[in-house]
Amino acid sequence: MQVSTAVVWFQAAGCTGCSMSLLNADYPSIKNLLLDEIVPGKALALRFHLTLMGPTGQPALEVLRQIPLEEAGNYILVVEGAIPTGNQNFGKVGELSMAQHLLSLADRAQVVVALGTCAAFGGIPGASPNPTLAMGVQKFLQGQNKLVVNVPGCPPHPRWFVETLAHLLAGQVPRPQDFDELGRLKSVYSKLIHEGCPRRADFDVGRFARAFGEEGCLYELGCKGPYTWAHCPYHAWNGGVNWCIKAGHPCIGCAEPEFPDFPAPLFRKITEPAYRRTK
Amino acid sequence: MRVVAVDPITRIEGHLKVELTVEDGRIVRARSSGALFRGIEIILVGRHPLDAQRITTRICGVCPIAHSTAASFALDEALGISQDIPQNGRILRNLIYAANWLHNHILHFYHLSLPDYVSFRGLPLSEFLSSGVEEERFSSEENEKLVQHYLAALEVRRKAHELLALLGGKMPHDMAIVPGGVCFRPDPATLLAFRFRLAEIRGFLENIYVSDVLLLCRRYADYFEIGKVRRLLTFGAFPEGNFGLEGRLFPAGLVKDGEPEKFDPQQILEGVESSWYRGEKAHPWENSTQPDPQKVEGYSWVKAPRYKGEAYEVGPAARVALSLLWGPQDFRILARELLGEAGVGPEALSSVMGRHLSRAIEAVFLAKRMDGWLSQVDLDQPVAKAFHVPPEAEGQGLTDAPRGALGHWLRIKDGKIAHYQVISPTTWNASPRDERGKPGPIEEALEGTKVGDNALLVAGRIVRSFDPCMACAVQ
Repeated sequence: MQVSTAVVWFQAAGCTGCSMSLLNADYPSIKNLLLDEIVPGKALALRFHLTLMGPTGQPALEVLRQIPLEEAGNYILVVEGAIPTGNQNFGKVGELSMAQHLLSLADRAQVVVALGTCAAFGGIPGASPNPTLAMGVQKFLQGQNKLVVNVPGCPPHPRWFVETLAHLLAGQVPRPQDFDELGRLKSVYSKLIHEGCPRRADFDVGRFARAFGEEGCLYELGCKGPYTWAHCPYHAWNGGVNWCIKAGHPCIGCAEPEFPDFPAPLFRKITEPAYRRTK
Repeated sequence: MRVVAVDPITRIEGHLKVELTVEDGRIVRARSSGALFRGIEIILVGRHPLDAQRITTRICGVCPIAHSTAASFALDEALGISQDIPQNGRILRNLIYAANWLHNHILHFYHLSLPDYVSFRGLPLSEFLSSGVEEERFSSEENEKLVQHYLAALEVRRKAHELLALLGGKMPHDMAIVPGGVCFRPDPATLLAFRFRLAEIRGFLENIYVSDVLLLCRRYADYFEIGKVRRLLTFGAFPEGNFGLEGRLFPAGLVKDGEPEKFDPQQILEGVESSWYRGEKAHPWENSTQPDPQKVEGYSWVKAPRYKGEAYEVGPAARVALSLLWGPQDFRILARELLGEAGVGPEALSSVMGRHLSRAIEAVFLAKRMDGWLSQVDLDQPVAKAFHVPPEAEGQGLTDAPRGALGHWLRIKDGKIAHYQVISPTTWNASPRDERGKPGPIEEALEGTKVGDNALLVAGRIVRSFDPCMACAVQ
């Protein structure tokens, strides 16, 4: 028998980039994710997604109101975007603020997935001087005793989300030891960009690009690869056709909690102690 | 009289609300309201100028390349290298950017708009996708075909992102566009892969997308008379020569009551009368972003840009209207042919169906042009111009985005960003009332429309025909 798990996709202070990235999923494709079993016997039932859903206005809000009642304890809440907390009016859906929506949606969710760097850590809206006091979901829900799984990246690779989702659907409630100290599943964020970088040989012999378009390691151009935990070098992006470093652009550390502030500008060569984090 | 709050408007990018006052089955007043503020213009100040290239891209995840293009133009100008961008840099930027347009128009027609017109009855997802449309203007075969194309377009749109990423690094949030050109030097195999992926997408656009749009235009011909705005503005797009406003594939200019006019960037003023900000009406060089979320007269986070004091519709209708007059010969032939097939003239472009048709025209034209650009890439030549960031400078980046006119205004002081202002297409289209009480284009398009008991459906069709992007409209 097939079991469908309801999914509520709530967009807060974001840019819809995480949604677009999910549409780029290839195997399984977005069509598979919407229509087929993802793990044996288990499928998803997308119930609310502002960018894709048919109903508009009141009927759409009604879906958002009903799900926590109908599916209490059984639905996956995906949050895209940071939560503005500086003023109720900074972000609203219907008459309620995004913060109010999130509180009631998270309360009865089985699990909350904070998708993208904004939802995980605050990201772009949460960057200094953080004009709207935007914050990540985990911080916002502190003290609510709610399982929040972070899937950072600006945007996250569709695979990171699908892997996390498959893990949750398979019924293995993640144990504390499955997470790193930033609330990400270790299996999904287990390696540094620098470890698998195809330009690593250039780094090792000190062959550095000094300007855009030059050959060599991009470290001097500010590459954050040595400090960024993500699997980009192994699967690349968009069906594997390319990715940042292959395209000659230094990694900007978009999956890290310090993005985009960091201790220095994005294109400044990094100095090790300022960035080091244990793992 | 009754007031209908359409909140949230779904199947657009971001958070938009429209409040309609309906009297005798007609919209007599509309208020469009942007519901999210993040403050990215404020966040940019004090940062290194190059950070703007990557941070402004993240204003929007649907059209990030629009912002990376505008930011690169603004930075090129500030760094004093606008006229030194290598040919390869210009062409590769155009190819990356154009791929974003193809993705955008496919997404907009099939996934954002079509549920307003077709029935998903019988599909496993029907409850999720159904907008409640009950008219039966399509035969059941036509409806079935369009639903199948909705699903097929999910794949084609993904492939358009793969096309983009081949040269742009990744998508969303491309990486390869940088000040001076691009940072990626493709190899011959990449260009070949690009050509064949492009051909596949072109096939879909020419054989399926255009006929689907024409079918919709025939069944909903009354919507050529609905949602009109009589003033159109475009900054032009895709430099084919230097980087000024001249020499663009789609020319810059305005069309007011059918008459074309040259565009002068100095004539833009942005006001905040009905927006939740403090400040005075000002040119983006002098403007600021000072949020005032409790402002009593405010009803939107969108500011109100005006050209010579008037609200202008921006987007595909403006580009097609102007390119029909000043654009390339092969564009005019194609546009006239497709307008002919729809049985309308250029005066019908600014309307619900006119906007859908305009997107189809330019997508088909652009995909063909891209093939030509690809042949001009010379792998023996540089892709970027080296630069130094001066301590004091300013730069303006103007381009049309898929949704219309986009401007970035950057001022550098002491080697840091001192001023960054963005006016996006949807800032124009979804703007609220100005100090004279004049409505923004979406408000204007809604007002006067007969909706009967179908306010939600008809208003939804009108608003979505503009392809609003709220993350762009309010940064």
